[in-house]
Amino acid sequence: MGVEVVVDGLSKSFGKQTIWRDVTLTLPPGEISVLLGPSGTGKSVFLKSLVGLLKPEHGRIVITGTDIVRCSEHKLYDVRKLFGVLFQDGALFGSMNLFDNIAFPLREHTKKGEAEIRRIVLEKMEMVGLIGAEKKLPGEISGGMRKRAGLARALVLDPEIILFDEPDSGLDPVRVAYLNQLIVDLNAQIDATFLIVTHDIGTARTVPDNIGMLFRRELVMFGPREVLLTSTEPVVEQFLMGRREGPIGMSEEKDAGQAAAELAALRAGGSSGTLGGPKGGGGTGIVPQLEPTPGLPIRRAVERRKDRVMQILHTLPPTAQDAIVNSLTREEQQHYGVFAGATQVQPPVQTATANHGPRPTPYPRTADLPQTEWQPQSGALTADDAPAAAPEPGRKRGWLRRGGEK
Amino acid sequence: MTAPTANFPGAGALRETGRLFALGLDTTRMVFRRPFQLREFIQQCWFIASVTILPTALVSIPFGAVIALQLGSLTRQIGAQSFTGAASVLAIIQQASPIVTALLIAGAGGSAICADLGSRKIRDEIDAMEVLGVSPIQRLVVPRVLASMLISLLLNGMVSVVGVLGGYFFNVILQGGTPGAYLASFSALAQLPDLWISEIKAVIFGFLAGIVAAYRGLNPGSGPKGVGDAVNQSVVITFLLLFFVNFVLTTIYLQLVPAKGM
Repeated sequence: MGVEVVVDGLSKSFGKQTIWRDVTLTLPPGEISVLLGPSGTGKSVFLKSLVGLLKPEHGRIVITGTDIVRCSEHKLYDVRKLFGVLFQDGALFGSMNLFDNIAFPLREHTKKGEAEIRRIVLEKMEMVGLIGAEKKLPGEISGGMRKRAGLARALVLDPEIILFDEPDSGLDPVRVAYLNQLIVDLNAQIDATFLIVTHDIGTARTVPDNIGMLFRRELVMFGPREVLLTSTEPVVEQFLMGRREGPIGMSEEKDAGQAAAELAALRAGGSSGTLGGPKGGGGTGIVPQLEPTPGLPIRRAVERRKDRVMQILHTLPPTAQDAIVNSLTREEQQHYGVFAGATQVQPPVQTATANHGPRPTPYPRTADLPQTEWQPQSGALTADDAPAAAPEPGRKRGWLRRGGEK
Repeated sequence: MTAPTANFPGAGALRETGRLFALGLDTTRMVFRRPFQLREFIQQCWFIASVTILPTALVSIPFGAVIALQLGSLTRQIGAQSFTGAASVLAIIQQASPIVTALLIAGAGGSAICADLGSRKIRDEIDAMEVLGVSPIQRLVVPRVLASMLISLLLNGMVSVVGVLGGYFFNVILQGGTPGAYLASFSALAQLPDLWISEIKAVIFGFLAGIVAAYRGLNPGSGPKGVGDAVNQSVVITFLLLFFVNFVLTTIYLQLVPAKGM
């Protein structure tokens, strides 16, 4: 089982420029977590801080009882042996061929004989589909192959924590799909803690158990995947949809008034929720998580996560609670003492949900549709939607309302 | 780094200097850490030697010649022709040869080291190595610095020989000096410690060139342009350092070792 990574109040700046501040999160052992964020929000810096390549000014990163922000160089090297890191471009050693690259950690850190090294290296190369390319130099192969070779090298020492820096960048969608499947399969096989830094929404929807998002120099949220995927936070929604309207601008962030006006226009147009945004964006709601390939062991992280999430269920937003409860089978719901369709049954856990009004549809914006011009003509639909629409305005965020008045 | 960043004029320069020294210390410490990277060391030695031997020889011939010609005409004016050989040997061995060696080590070898490490750094190779629990200083910097020291030492010997031969050729054959007097006066002014200081200087200059190149290579600016700038700076910084350190060493040597009486 992987190792827990506790990040507490971490802040990092370069000179006067703050990258992010007060980031607090816990990577649960053995689970897959994704860190999302627009380009330039310091995701890679966060990853490098986790392995001690960069020293944050404040806060702690505790791994197996060692605070790697403050510990000695010697201890840091010890802790690093728990890590496997896949860098953006693979970061292979240009002067060695693929075989030597992947064998490098084994030759450095173990006393294994050459025959055994060969066996392990070939096994990992087969895992990532690189058999036959042992003698190639990193300069002679494609970016996707370099990435896979980097992954193989990260895996040879059987790490407890694996970090991926944008595993999807520079790969075609099919290879991304294979790589995502590979990540889930790996997690099932070695049960290590995974952290993927990416801005590919498709990956974020299907792979992880937990999702976090960095924006405006802060961790906007971090929690079970349902929390972020059902969130109505404007930044999160904009990012998941991959659309221009919202607080994220071309250069990091946008004027609040402009963002509000755009969102108002978007709602007036009634075109939210279209599928087919860039980079896997678009669509709402929760899609099923990837399962390990049949024949592999089941992911033990799934059970552990279920127990963990059910313990903190009452602290989560109501929409996420519903999504989680709905994702359980009937037996599991009985086991944990929760019920689907909570708004009718109202068991104790769900009272908080009831106070927040009805469950939002996968397309929360439709609640505003009655204000548009064409709506009154289809009378039946208006009647259906009206009750659902009534409590909505109360839940809207301040800046959304301001935009609506314009 | 974790240290609070002070902001007074010159703080940046002090910080860089401090880090350069820190790298120098780390490197010295890591030299004794096993396993020694013998393969890398030999490769680097061969590489540095192959890019420096020819230019060094080509520079040292005219260097010896210039000194010989200058001294030749000077000594004739004051009627001390018999000391031409002595003076030129002293100048070549003590001053010219370590400096020529170091300039070429820095210019040809150091710039290559800096560019190599810099491009590895921006490709995340150095970071990857650190994450794999291997110290890049022990693995990459130590063999390079040791190689540049060794090659510097050996080249210094070669430059001394080629320089003296060049001086002999120009003085005896072109200026019509006496071969016997030229050779005989070698030991009139020069003494064995001159050779030692020459070799010591060469080793120290080789170390400096290696450390500065490694330091700039491990801390390049961003992107390929950053690496280019780093190479440029590493050569300039090394040159400045070399002449300063040469001045200090020469002063110390002249104080410690009494000149040979005539």
